[in-house]
Amino acid sequence: MSTTTRRSTGATGTQRSVAPRKTPAPPTGGRGPGHEHELELLRQMLLIRRFEERCVELYSAAKIRGFVHLYIGEEAVAVGVGQALRGDDAVVSTYREHGHALARGVSAGAVMAEMFGKATGCSRGRGGSMHLFDAGRRFYGGNAIVAGGLPLAAGLALADRMRGTERVTCCFFGDGAYAEGEFHETANLAALWQLPLLLVCENNLYAMGTSLAREHAQTNLAMRAASYGMPAWTVDGMDVLAVEATARKAADSVRSGGGPHFLEARTYRFRAHSMYDPDRYREKDEIARWKARDPLAGLEERMRAEGGLDDLANKRLEEDVSAEIDAAVRAAEAAPYEPVADLLRFVTSPSGGAS
Amino acid sequence: MNARRSASGGSTASTTYREALRDGLREALRTDDRVFLMGEDVGRYGGCFGVSLGLLEEFGPDRIRDTPLSESAFVGAGIGAALGGLRPVVEIMTVNFSLLALDQILNNAATLLHMSGGQLSVPIVIRMTTGAGRQLAAQHSHSLEGWYAHIPGIRVLTPATMDDARHMLAAALDDPDPVVMFEHGSLYNEEGVLDGTVDSVDLDSAAVRRLGTDVSVITYGGSLPKALAAAETLAADGIGAEVVDLRSLRPLDDATVLASVARTHRAVIVDEAWRSGSISAEVAARIAERSFYELDAPVQRVCSQEVPIPYARQLEEAALPQPASIVAAVRQAVA
Repeated sequence: MSTTTRRSTGATGTQRSVAPRKTPAPPTGGRGPGHEHELELLRQMLLIRRFEERCVELYSAAKIRGFVHLYIGEEAVAVGVGQALRGDDAVVSTYREHGHALARGVSAGAVMAEMFGKATGCSRGRGGSMHLFDAGRRFYGGNAIVAGGLPLAAGLALADRMRGTERVTCCFFGDGAYAEGEFHETANLAALWQLPLLLVCENNLYAMGTSLAREHAQTNLAMRAASYGMPAWTVDGMDVLAVEATARKAADSVRSGGGPHFLEARTYRFRAHSMYDPDRYREKDEIARWKARDPLAGLEERMRAEGGLDDLANKRLEEDVSAEIDAAVRAAEAAPYEPVADLLRFVTSPSGGAS
Repeated sequence: MNARRSASGGSTASTTYREALRDGLREALRTDDRVFLMGEDVGRYGGCFGVSLGLLEEFGPDRIRDTPLSESAFVGAGIGAALGGLRPVVEIMTVNFSLLALDQILNNAATLLHMSGGQLSVPIVIRMTTGAGRQLAAQHSHSLEGWYAHIPGIRVLTPATMDDARHMLAAALDDPDPVVMFEHGSLYNEEGVLDGTVDSVDLDSAAVRRLGTDVSVITYGGSLPKALAAAETLAADGIGAEVVDLRSLRPLDDATVLASVARTHRAVIVDEAWRSGSISAEVAARIAERSFYELDAPVQRVCSQEVPIPYARQLEEAALPQPASIVAAVRQAVA
């Protein structure tokens, strides 16, 4: 990589507002003769996509309130990285985390109910869109302070290492978080202590409305991460198979004692930053170029070419996903609100006593 | 009092506040292998105020863990480790430096239980030095524990006696929720006697440290010795000052404070923090809300002057509550 000049484009040119070239995905053999695995990846990405499209409708209908940050366009990252993680690994996420939660196996019903503010929500209506939690799946939020989840993730990894487990903690964050001190403090700490931490930077080229080149003096994020003394790789975040392959390699290395690894996934959000954002800062051409690299369409196209998907199978997939989301919305509508009498619950633990 | 007697009975032992804290840490590390200490210079250096001296040799670098100078990362890592099943004790050098970790303390430690709908508790203990009196000027001397006491979801402790220094940590580690402990810098070298019959303390109650009938002097932390000195002076003049040590700023033990005021009908609050928006204001408000008709005189407050704490000795002394200013406030209250 070119690393010497300030604002270097490097070999990968991340600050240019064009889509990176498509990189060929590695072969996916070894997972059965059919395309069951690819079909599952497609199903997970489709669930996230359709779930969030429904969120937009429900937001417009005022069923969902607060800040809602959509992941549409970035689905390949959550789903691809998710394949590399085990059930007892930990995931720490951001406020744009519907996709991470769904990919982690949190049910669409629990996430939707949370967004409705219902008692059956995965945070019992205390968190909303930005604060999804599922302790059973070791899904630790849902952090809406940019970069605030990074130190937590280091601590989870530290606990695992001190307890002698082989678990990995995966922390998702964005290019905006990369500018925060907490990223750099955590990268140093994790490398210094060789913590089993997988740092996944979802570089969608914008920190809210500020483009990568306007927020980072050096836009080669992987190179800077490597300077902390950890392996740091970049992957095409629009290609779920490429993300999976690279994340597996990284997670396996972390798990086997290789210390923290940094993975930059080049991706793009197709929608605005949040439901409030008029999206004045991005060129329509740029958005169109990235949409042409839609991770769902890319995988679908590839599967069709390989004979792993046809219209019938695709229709069935759409119907299954649609039914799952319908059921989630129905259940959320019907669920009770947490009683106001319980307002002060969960401020301290029942056996604690401070208030 | 707020102490349980040990079954074995026991004798009194001379110690210092620093040694009492260290003995509390040592006991916690010995009895629970989930407990570990981390912070800047807690290991090889022995702690910036010497509290953890010798613990590295006894427990090793995994459990007495020196950190880089990155308060946000190592406090946040402590929170994550607590989520991960350990019982971290995190030391921050001073309360002024803790502001670099305030995001983690407020936005994560204090909120995760609630935001997660009760799924995640954060059993972390964060210790730090607070307060002035050592000519360390305006970036090492402030008393911001009242700010922390504003935050629901954390417990705020201010050990001021040998027994509290020795035993509060164990009780704090038993709490499933985050605890922030403030050790006043002027107390580390204080010498005193441990009550050998005490082997644990409760965290929910204030303590009456001296009985008196004429006025309640309500204080905590580094101001406790000053309040007791003032009470001694006042006693010579026939004024009986009851001294209440809050011990915990959150939760506040209203009952002990109000019961004292109901006995003496006068209240003087001594707080080394700035007066505006301080814990002294909270205590005064609670007395006004709940014990207004018990009062025979307006509540008095003795707080620090509203100035960044200066370096020069005479200026620093003038900025802080002192026995003489406490005596003066009491005289006004009982006049």
